[in-house]
Amino acid sequence: MRMALLIALLASSSLAQAKMIHVGPGGNAQEKLQTALIEAQPGDTVHIAAGRYALADGLSLDVDGVTVKGDGPDKTILDFTAQKVAGEGLLVTSDNVVVRDLGIENAAGNGVKSKGSDGIALVNLRVEWTGGPKSTNGAYGLYPVSSKNVLIDRSVVKGASDAGIYVGQSQNIIVRGSRAEMNVAGIEIENSYDADVVGNTATNNAGGILVFDLPDLPQQGGRNVRLTNNQVIDNNHANFAAPGNIVAGVPSGTGIMVMANSNVMVSGNHVMGNNGSAVMVVAYTQAFTDKAYNPLPRAVAIAGNHFMNNGKSPSFAGGKEIAAAMGGTLPPVMWDGVTRYTVPGGGEKSADGGIASDAPGITLNLGLQGTSPAQAKPAPLTPTKLAADRPAIVLPAALEARAK
Amino acid sequence: MRRMLLAPVLLALLLGAAPSIRVQGDLLLTTDAPRLADYGLFDADEVPAAGVRPYTLNTPLFSDGAEKYRFVWLPPGNSAQYRASGALAFPVGTVLVKRFGFPADMRQPVRDVRMIETRLLIHRPAGWVALSYVEQPGGAVLKRAGVKVPVQFIDKAGRAQAIDYAVPNQNQCKTCHQDGEAITPLGPTAGNLNGGLFGEGPSQLMIWAAAGRLAGLPAAGWPILARWDDAAEPLDARARAYLAVNCGHCHSRGGFASNSGLYLVPEETTPAHLGVLKRPVAAGRGSGGHEFSILPGQPDKSILLHRMIASEPGIMMPQFGRALAHEEGNALIRKWIAAMPAPTAPTLATTATP
Repeated sequence: MRMALLIALLASSSLAQAKMIHVGPGGNAQEKLQTALIEAQPGDTVHIAAGRYALADGLSLDVDGVTVKGDGPDKTILDFTAQKVAGEGLLVTSDNVVVRDLGIENAAGNGVKSKGSDGIALVNLRVEWTGGPKSTNGAYGLYPVSSKNVLIDRSVVKGASDAGIYVGQSQNIIVRGSRAEMNVAGIEIENSYDADVVGNTATNNAGGILVFDLPDLPQQGGRNVRLTNNQVIDNNHANFAAPGNIVAGVPSGTGIMVMANSNVMVSGNHVMGNNGSAVMVVAYTQAFTDKAYNPLPRAVAIAGNHFMNNGKSPSFAGGKEIAAAMGGTLPPVMWDGVTRYTVPGGGEKSADGGIASDAPGITLNLGLQGTSPAQAKPAPLTPTKLAADRPAIVLPAALEARAK
Repeated sequence: MRRMLLAPVLLALLLGAAPSIRVQGDLLLTTDAPRLADYGLFDADEVPAAGVRPYTLNTPLFSDGAEKYRFVWLPPGNSAQYRASGALAFPVGTVLVKRFGFPADMRQPVRDVRMIETRLLIHRPAGWVALSYVEQPGGAVLKRAGVKVPVQFIDKAGRAQAIDYAVPNQNQCKTCHQDGEAITPLGPTAGNLNGGLFGEGPSQLMIWAAAGRLAGLPAAGWPILARWDDAAEPLDARARAYLAVNCGHCHSRGGFASNSGLYLVPEETTPAHLGVLKRPVAAGRGSGGHEFSILPGQPDKSILLHRMIASEPGIMMPQFGRALAHEEGNALIRKWIAAMPAPTAPTLATTATP
């Protein structure tokens, strides 16, 4: 009881100290905003009043426990159309930060990036490249990387030349209730652990939702990712990524794509109108030299999804032939059938978990990683009855409370 | 300014102390002073106070061609501890000073230099603090949020240049000077100090050790970072030195770009981490349509050089700290990549996504 009182006192005293820093439009927006972000103390809120803020440089926040809040994604607009410097619109490098209720337009690089944050919530944001999808648009809309306890909630990203929402090399992640459209990839979880992607809409991207793992990075071995109750619809946009990037290889028309991850669950999604594969499960396709890297997808379960009207016109090489052989359309699930790989420097390893689907599918039976799809031996994937699930990802309650 | 300083100087004379300005060591430790002059590092004629010693680096960071004047002040009786890699271990109380100025004509770099800013790295008990003081009439003042300063000069090729020189904000200071969660000095490593002051005479490591400012210097085996612009040095050493200083502050395992997997610190030896046949991760349009950070023998197909040449945000590297491309530096990296033996076919093997 005494402890509870003490905690209440501490909470109220910290609340009393926390202050609201108001910034309004007009004058030198750049200096006003950046000064507020530097002078904020832990617990403070930087309130950016409705208006359009023309910014020629990126903004950054390096103070723990700060909330940056606008008056709404269509009211408070950080306009980076004339940006001359910096790799992102807003960069966050501190812990327990909430950024919410803002619009971010035409960032030269990424929209909002967090690097190394423990506790980052991006809530009710709109990140948009207003000239429509172009390869010269910035790469990522919302981009937490090397972060922990990540929440992306009720946000919208349009026009990113890579992924709209991209969570990289992070852990304990929820992406929910958000919308990604007209990006190359809608939502991408890369080299990350323990992620829930729940109740989002990915539409009119080249690829809807991607779960990838890449070699030669500080965090790899992507695992425990669940895609649930998402609307993955009509992701048939032309792929406008700059060549060389991994997403440039994502075929237009892909609904969901899982590459080189383990323990991935794809369940209860509505996957409709994607001209290529509704769900594609593949190994990393490129040569690699990283001995620690596992290029195989393992323990991927596809269960209880609603598939409709997909696979009519696959854009990838050989896709049309496979579709024709299957009676005109691809079945919902396609696996490359890669089950083993050569470890750089010697030796061969096999997958330690299978690919299971309760929906019709096809395997290309490629066998060894790196085998050309031209050597595919397509065969039906036997549907398995699946009722697998796992506990939902839970974020720190204080972060969730601030993101309400 | 001079008149303001007269009283304390007279007082010091009357009291028999040294007639020069005195470094305010306690103030450095405790306070972000609003004016540079408060710290007593330089007198009104810009002469360094006693104990404020110049140093130079074999290979410096390119900052739009700004001339930089570096000084170190150690608390009296203290010395830095030798370290083979990373910055020397400076004692608490140390201040590292870097003053930036633009000569009117870079072909005559000592004439008509317009001072722009002075950056301080102060080692306080809780860690290093980065502050920037911007020149104004009446003396340099602290600017935490950064500022753009229009600067005009004639470049080394005789061309008129006009840029918005960017004084970094406090967060940008940290972005470059970060090692994990901490701020760290970048320039004064053993390897980069292992050369003569202003390129002449004995190694500064030896000078510092002899003056009692450096402890623990081993008898031999000091690392040396090549001078990037010394054609007599091996190409590989020059290029690696250039990349280490201009890129390695972020592109290291503890740096801002740790997530890229591209590590350009002097100690790195893994080809993929140095960029050789390394595919981009989160480069986005920064890849310029190229497949590899470095495609040996093909500088024009290497993302690394593409981003160094670029001056457009979202593509250019470093992400800030320059408005101009560094032509001489880029030429060096071009030559270095071109000289790499072309890879064999299997290492380039790719298969299309099914």
